[in-house]
Amino acid sequence: MTSPTDSTPPGGVLRPHAEQQYADELAGLAEHDDRPRPPGWRLSPWAVTTYLMGGELPDGTRITPKYIGPRRLMEVAVATLATDRALLLLGVPGTAKTWVSEHLAAAVSGDSTLLVQGTAGTSEEAVRYGWNYARLLAEGPSERALVESPLMRAMRTGAVARVEELTRMPGDVQDTLITILSEKTLPVPELGTEVQARKGFTVIATANDRDRGVNELSSALRRRFNTVVLPLPATVEEEVEIVSRRVAQIGRALELPETPAGLEEIRRVVTVFRELRGGLTDDGRTRLKSPSGTLSTAEAISVVTNGLALAAHFGDGVLRAADVAGGIVGAVVQDPVSDRVVWQEYLETVVRERPGWQDFYRACREVS
Amino acid sequence: MTPAPPRPAASAPAAPGPSAAGRARVEVFGIRHHGPGSARALRRALEEYKPDAVLIEGPPEADDLVSLAADPGMVPPVALLAYSPGRTPSPDGGEGAGRQAAFWPFAEFSPEWQALRHALDAGVPVRFCDLPAAHQLVRQHDPGAPPEGDGPQPPAGRPPEQGEAHGIRMDPLGWLAKTAGYDDAERWWDDVVEHRRDGPSPFPAIAEAMTELRARLAELPEPERGPDLLPPGYLRREEQREAYMRRTLRRALKEGYERVAVVCGAWHVPALLEQVPAARDERTLRGLPKTKVAMTWVPWTHGRLAGASGYGAGVRSPGWYHHLFTSGDRPVERWLTEAARMLREEDLHVSSAHVIEAVRLAEALAALRGRPLAGLDEVTEAVRAVLCEGNDLPVELIRRRMTVGERLGSVPERTPMVPLQRDLQAEQRRLRLKPSAIDREYDFDLRKPLDLDRSRLLHRLRLLDVEWGVPQEAQGRSKGTFRESWTLLWRPEFDVALIEASAWGTTVLEAAAARAEAAAARAASLSELTSLAERCLLADLGDALPAVMRALADRAAVDSDVAHLMAALPALVRALRYGDVRGTPTGPLRTVVDGLVVRVCVNLPPAVTGLDDDASREMLGRIDAVHGALSLLGDDGHTDRWLRTLRGLADRDGDRAVHGLLEGRLVRLLLDAGRLDDAPVRMARAVSAGTAPDRAAAWVEGFLAGGGLLLVHDDDLLRLLDGWIAGLPGEAFTAVLPLLRRTFGGYAAAERRAIGERVRRLGGAATAAPRGDRDSENDGVDAGRAAAAAATVLRILGWEAPA
Repeated sequence: MTSPTDSTPPGGVLRPHAEQQYADELAGLAEHDDRPRPPGWRLSPWAVTTYLMGGELPDGTRITPKYIGPRRLMEVAVATLATDRALLLLGVPGTAKTWVSEHLAAAVSGDSTLLVQGTAGTSEEAVRYGWNYARLLAEGPSERALVESPLMRAMRTGAVARVEELTRMPGDVQDTLITILSEKTLPVPELGTEVQARKGFTVIATANDRDRGVNELSSALRRRFNTVVLPLPATVEEEVEIVSRRVAQIGRALELPETPAGLEEIRRVVTVFRELRGGLTDDGRTRLKSPSGTLSTAEAISVVTNGLALAAHFGDGVLRAADVAGGIVGAVVQDPVSDRVVWQEYLETVVRERPGWQDFYRACREVS
Repeated sequence: MTPAPPRPAASAPAAPGPSAAGRARVEVFGIRHHGPGSARALRRALEEYKPDAVLIEGPPEADDLVSLAADPGMVPPVALLAYSPGRTPSPDGGEGAGRQAAFWPFAEFSPEWQALRHALDAGVPVRFCDLPAAHQLVRQHDPGAPPEGDGPQPPAGRPPEQGEAHGIRMDPLGWLAKTAGYDDAERWWDDVVEHRRDGPSPFPAIAEAMTELRARLAELPEPERGPDLLPPGYLRREEQREAYMRRTLRRALKEGYERVAVVCGAWHVPALLEQVPAARDERTLRGLPKTKVAMTWVPWTHGRLAGASGYGAGVRSPGWYHHLFTSGDRPVERWLTEAARMLREEDLHVSSAHVIEAVRLAEALAALRGRPLAGLDEVTEAVRAVLCEGNDLPVELIRRRMTVGERLGSVPERTPMVPLQRDLQAEQRRLRLKPSAIDREYDFDLRKPLDLDRSRLLHRLRLLDVEWGVPQEAQGRSKGTFRESWTLLWRPEFDVALIEASAWGTTVLEAAAARAEAAAARAASLSELTSLAERCLLADLGDALPAVMRALADRAAVDSDVAHLMAALPALVRALRYGDVRGTPTGPLRTVVDGLVVRVCVNLPPAVTGLDDDASREMLGRIDAVHGALSLLGDDGHTDRWLRTLRGLADRDGDRAVHGLLEGRLVRLLLDAGRLDDAPVRMARAVSAGTAPDRAAAWVEGFLAGGGLLLVHDDDLLRLLDGWIAGLPGEAFTAVLPLLRRTFGGYAAAERRAIGERVRRLGGAATAAPRGDRDSENDGVDAGRAAAAAATVLRILGWEAPA
């Protein structure tokens, strides 16, 4: 059974899957990979780590870094999957949990599409299996009337299944995973059969422990996961690197007119986000109030992308303070009353005094 | 066991001896200080080599102490301590002179320790062959002289941070690691040497590698060798050390030993094997400055080895190394099981299934990283991801308890000690206080003789700068004067402090008393003396007290600054009270206090004239403190004299009037003491229209400072204040508002609300007599129903026999 996603994406796809976008890198890695591969894996654990952290192949192919951060975290994640344990990626919003899980799945099984999205309305059928009711009524219970969930398909093919936002699922649906993870089988009592997972099957779940409206994982389920906590970027440099890299990628995908993403402007956005998030200016001199929003790196990326689009279509083609100001204010001021106060305070006490930030200050004043 | 004998690659015919040493063989074992793998390999190599003499890198003055290592009472981690004995204490109490001591720490997993134990078990003579401590200690006198240097085992004299930075730069293992493609030398060494459990001896290979490295280093042009990056004189010091090692080796051979094993840092191996004419070494060593040095063993801790501060040895994870060395097999499994047990003790649920998964993850990680065996990094990652479920707090707990692992060594009875140390040991046994490397809380009830003695001992030690116990003041006070809370934590450097303090006396009591007397003689200020007196009382130093008191009385008599006198009084009064609890004779103290009170009362009136705002505020604090102290003292004569003085100040008028803040406060104090019947009149006068608003506000602040309850309960006062504020003209009100805010801001929220409510009632029913108000409230009480409850309460209080 071959996965349809192995082929190159049809033209015009807004967001190709990881295995499509980086098909070259994956192929190159597979070619040079002479280390043992765990059963069911497309690459060896070393190659998977290289795919995530970046590197260079003997033939000169450059592997772009997918994750910018501590290498040890990715090593733990890959080692977890190699011991056929389930992996839980934990972190505040915007710490690249989904991003990492997609690329891990793409590198390990060459398929990142076996995905269950957790929401408050996710049902047990979405995790286990459902029925094609027309067929069920016409033919009675049979294999053909069964509608497989992505998890079930992953078990059959020995692939990595992804569960996004695990904590948003209702608790009883979460616990459906317990049998799958500990017994590695999924019984289908209606047919008197079961699906036994093939080698290579495992689950990557993402969850965030900070948001409102989440359901705590039961300790029984928690025990079945190895947990990797993804931190916020440690330094400004790291975060600027992440933002500019992603912005460039997105810009290419959206076919925005070529605009030099001013590193200065990106640094400014990142600085504002970091300072407000941490409640302290970068020089450590001034305490700040933090707004209610999370101000994640992901949001910084969208602010910059947004600014680029503005600059390309309506501005003079160069990313300027005015282009990002609107986005920043939108990201910071989530609650119209309290966040506005926080923002005004920040603007007047920090931004205004900072040398070289005058244009930014004026631009922000205009939009807020 | 592998039959492979150690290759004689690292051996060489003895350098000097003409003929007798022809058969003599020398084997040099290059180790890494505090490396468990080195230790294990060394132990095996020694067992096979069967030397008839063992030379170890360390101070030769310790040769006489070696036999102690075989004593069952000797439990590592311990350290050899070199210090300059018999120094007379400098007049300032010895602080300024700087510590002249150096340590050579040994843990169970130190190769040196293993070599020592092996030699003692085999009955073979052991010698230390490094440059004598006598030369190393002397350097610190002379700032121009080169500091000593030894990468992984820096003696105490050198600031550790400098030692580390330069040690790394000079680190030969770093070079090797880089060549092997590792970014971390420690890890490389771990992989190549420490984590190997069996297999052929690594020493020949190490010796070869070091020879190669040293040759390369010698070829490099000067700037790249970077002598400018090294501490000045480092190279010369190295040369001297190696020369001394060679000399010791030569002597051992001359004495006729035929199988000599030398255990030293890997870096020195080639130097020892080198053929150097004895005359050259003698030249190198000629005329080195010397100092008198005494040596002993002292207990050490793993925390010290971890090198977080002080005389660390730069081992990041002594607990892990200890585990690696002592656990027979399956170190990863055992470590993780141990971690799981520890987490369970902390009520964190961790199952065996967790441990299994953690082991698998650690091994997978090690394989992924291409390491032969899961190291501390891998195990810690596994603990974090599996056992702790991504939570960092328990990981930190494991790091503290296991990776570093607080372990305090001990030394046997017959270790040479200064009398002071012996006395302390005897006291510790008598009082059942055991030194421990983990801090522990003690709660002493001073009414019990044992606890009282413990408290005295700790106080005496504090006078000697041995801060073994740190009093938890806040808790102690609140529990009453007969309770004391202490946190006890023994640190290895206390032994040094004790040795230094031994110049003061042979017992803790004697030394502390002598120290206190000396401190009294050189005390610079009155408050210093009073706090010293307090400490003497706490430590029950009856011998020192007269001297301290005499100094105190002398100082008080000539000190004309009333501020000093006032600052001194509270501590003395407190000391008197403590004396009561502790049964200390306080006669002389009493005399001093009496004198002080009189002096304060006489000197106060002139001192409060013409004070500005800030000075008044300071004076306010002092007056409050003295007032509090005198209430504590409870001596009617003194209280009367004090209140009369205050009354005199409060009565001043016109130009001589004291600052508004002070006057307000004085009136309040007198009112509280019942010495004033015209308080409302005074207040009305103070806040009346004729007074400048800022003075009036200051008066109110002084008057109301510290408690708003008075206002809640004294309606007349409140009405006065209310009337004054209501009557202020608009401008004046704006001017005093900040001052009022400051006063009222100091009250508790509940007090402010209560005051606000009273004021509203004043305004609403100003004509209705408050008394009537209160009466009507009383009318609401049903006496019949309350009687039963009241009777019970009275019975509980023991005021009334059951009806």
